[in-house]
Amino acid sequence: MVKTNTVARTGNEAMAEAMRQIDPDVVAAYPITPATEVVQIFAGYVADGLVRTEFVPVESEHSAMSACIGAAAAGGRVMTGTSSQGLALMAEMLYIAAGLRLPIVLADVNRALSSPINIHCDHSDTMMVRDAGWVQIFSENAQEAYDNMVQAVKIAETAKLPVIVTTDGFIISHGMERIDMLDDAEVKKFIGEYKPEYYLLNIEKPVTVGALDLTDYYFEHKRQEIEAMCQSKPVIVDVGASFGKLSGRSYGLFEKYKMDDAEYAIVAMGSTAGTSKIVIDKLRAKAVKAGLLKPRVFRPFPKEEIADALKGVKALAVMDRSDSMNGHEGPLCLEIKAALFDKALNKVLLNYIYGLGGREIGLNDIENIFGDLAKAAKGTGMEKVNYLGVRE
Amino acid sequence: MAKENPQKKPGWKSLPQGDLIIGGATAKDFKTGDWRSKRPVFISEKCINCLTCWMYCPDSAVIVKDGKVVGFDYEYCKGCGICEHECPVKGKAIKMISEKEAKANEKK
Amino acid sequence: MANIKDMAKQKELFSGGHRACAGCGAAMIARQVLLAAGPDTIVVSATGCLEVVTTIFPYTAWNVPFLHSAFENAGATISGVEALYKSWIRQGKYDKKLNFIAFGGDGGTYDIGLQSLSGAVERGHNILYVCYNNEAYMNTGVQRSGATPKSADTTTAPVGKVKKGKEQFRKDLTGIMIAHRIPYVAQSIAGNWRDLTSKVEKALSMEGSKFINVFQPCRLGWGYEPELTCEMGRLAAETCVWPLYEVVNGVYRITYKPKVKKPVSEFVKLQGRFRHLAKPENKALLDDMQATTDKNWEELLKKETFSAATQENAAKPA
Repeated sequence: MVKTNTVARTGNEAMAEAMRQIDPDVVAAYPITPATEVVQIFAGYVADGLVRTEFVPVESEHSAMSACIGAAAAGGRVMTGTSSQGLALMAEMLYIAAGLRLPIVLADVNRALSSPINIHCDHSDTMMVRDAGWVQIFSENAQEAYDNMVQAVKIAETAKLPVIVTTDGFIISHGMERIDMLDDAEVKKFIGEYKPEYYLLNIEKPVTVGALDLTDYYFEHKRQEIEAMCQSKPVIVDVGASFGKLSGRSYGLFEKYKMDDAEYAIVAMGSTAGTSKIVIDKLRAKAVKAGLLKPRVFRPFPKEEIADALKGVKALAVMDRSDSMNGHEGPLCLEIKAALFDKALNKVLLNYIYGLGGREIGLNDIENIFGDLAKAAKGTGMEKVNYLGVRE
Repeated sequence: MAKENPQKKPGWKSLPQGDLIIGGATAKDFKTGDWRSKRPVFISEKCINCLTCWMYCPDSAVIVKDGKVVGFDYEYCKGCGICEHECPVKGKAIKMISEKEAKANEKK
Repeated sequence: MANIKDMAKQKELFSGGHRACAGCGAAMIARQVLLAAGPDTIVVSATGCLEVVTTIFPYTAWNVPFLHSAFENAGATISGVEALYKSWIRQGKYDKKLNFIAFGGDGGTYDIGLQSLSGAVERGHNILYVCYNNEAYMNTGVQRSGATPKSADTTTAPVGKVKKGKEQFRKDLTGIMIAHRIPYVAQSIAGNWRDLTSKVEKALSMEGSKFINVFQPCRLGWGYEPELTCEMGRLAAETCVWPLYEVVNGVYRITYKPKVKKPVSEFVKLQGRFRHLAKPENKALLDDMQATTDKNWEELLKKETFSAATQENAAKPA
């Protein structure tokens, strides 16, 4: 294990540092709050000659992803960052990047989608593109943001799928934390060199990328993409384990916090998972068997493993920082329900839509949820879907 | 409909990963010659080898060897008639005839 | 300039077997551009006729590396390819000189692709953007575009009992590109291979962003017999409907001045999309087209004189 450097960094700074150490061939990006700093800080590294990256200050996010696709298809290691409306604007290109199987890494600082326009945290932006074919890795804090960015490069290039790494907008992106960074050389060794088999700059062996499929080939190409998404799961696990050997911090598909004998569990992604851990410790001290399941990887969704992790609980609260607009529940809740159903696990399950547009969620809120779960487990009529913190 | 490879089309497991065609000019396996309703006939004695027809053919169907036009690639020629129209020679070194007539001549 | 015999010896970079219409101007243009550019070329294309007909999986007519990503972003996509190249050159990973050529129809360039093109050339990427301009969204069925001329019949601005085709004048995209102050901007046509190939060669010999707007007659969308594609292009130049000119570092040079400027009716009468202009009740529209063409031509002549004078003045010692 290598000696690490402990520094103070915000989530955005941590991601920018990771990008500096990764030193990609091309970064094409457009600013948007609260992600702007990631590439802005990176542009500073470019200006100081700390990276060899060609930085392309494009004129829109759609062009950012288009340029990333051009650079990746040409044979390069490519990264970018955005949020909310930017991610929405490039949505078409996200699907295309995945269909073209390009290993682009994108830092998404989660921010609510308009309308209304709002610059604060919720997960509606990455949820919007959950079907785009990108691996999605959620970070709880700045340390995870840094670690995830480094792993993402390796995951993307091995699985041949693009990867989104998230942080919660403003909460993590702008929150100062203590993180342990690896040495530059160790990051470079961990990610290795990117050697694509087919790439545009290989002039002697021309390829056509982005052909038109009629009804006779589209399904086969999509089936490949589906398979790649399935196969990315073991890749993510492997990379997480290797990263653990290097840094002392191992990563998997999700984190279980005091789940072994948990009776009441919260399922939450991102920074709220961190908040929940504090509440769980407090409740455990009062002998309440509380636990947290924190999905780290939302795409691919590790449903068998998560269902296994939840099988012992009496009641669970699934926290969604966005709504699926299906009239019933949020997107994470849908995934959890499907996972439980497939294992014939019928649990008392409450869905909490929370934190939309950056609405604060605190320790008391989480504590109340555990109270709700206790009631629900006894059969006392609880609302299946709760809109936590909204004024009626 | 152009004749395609009679073998079954490849499945997702054997195709190259992603929306990728490996190699250049694989369109040559797709014969567009059966689109024609007219075809150009080369009158070599009149040809001055200016190569104008070769330059303007949208389907690369004029065959040139050592700086001289030798004929047409009927596997791809769509019979647009640009070659005949652009031929600068008085009386033309290319004549468009109907495909029916051409096929009948072939049979003789 | 490479001569035609030399070009005929080159490896064919654009093959037959594509599904363009018989007599397609776009295929002709692509082939000629590649003849001028040579094999050390990477091509990016926007969605459109050219891209669709040449890359139906598993068939590609391109014998050079080719990328298509989406419709409105050929400018941005090729920016990325060129950026990677610059990065590798700087890193010492690559050393061959390459051409980066983007193709976009008027659809993917004048309208939905304008932003992406503007951004790309503002950043000064070392690319050549060739617009094959057939004056409508042809691949989706001849809908009007910003490039469609006034009075043309298209499926979304059709000639009917009340309306007489497109009511707006066509965008001067060439002018917009000149305003970006890039090193090379030109207009050319399908139907004059010397003009097109020499302009491509000139453009590729220069550093920075270059743009060539190539007038591309479309037999299907315009309604004429396929063998007339080249003739139609030449008529556009002879009537000054589509002047052939180039702007090199801001200096205008008209590359073809017709000895006898033909009336626009000569151009219009051969095309189904202008069929209605033959009717006496539509004479005002035809007159309008002539007046606009004349005005634009006069302006272009003045611009040529003015920019030559400006260049002379700039060269004079103070």
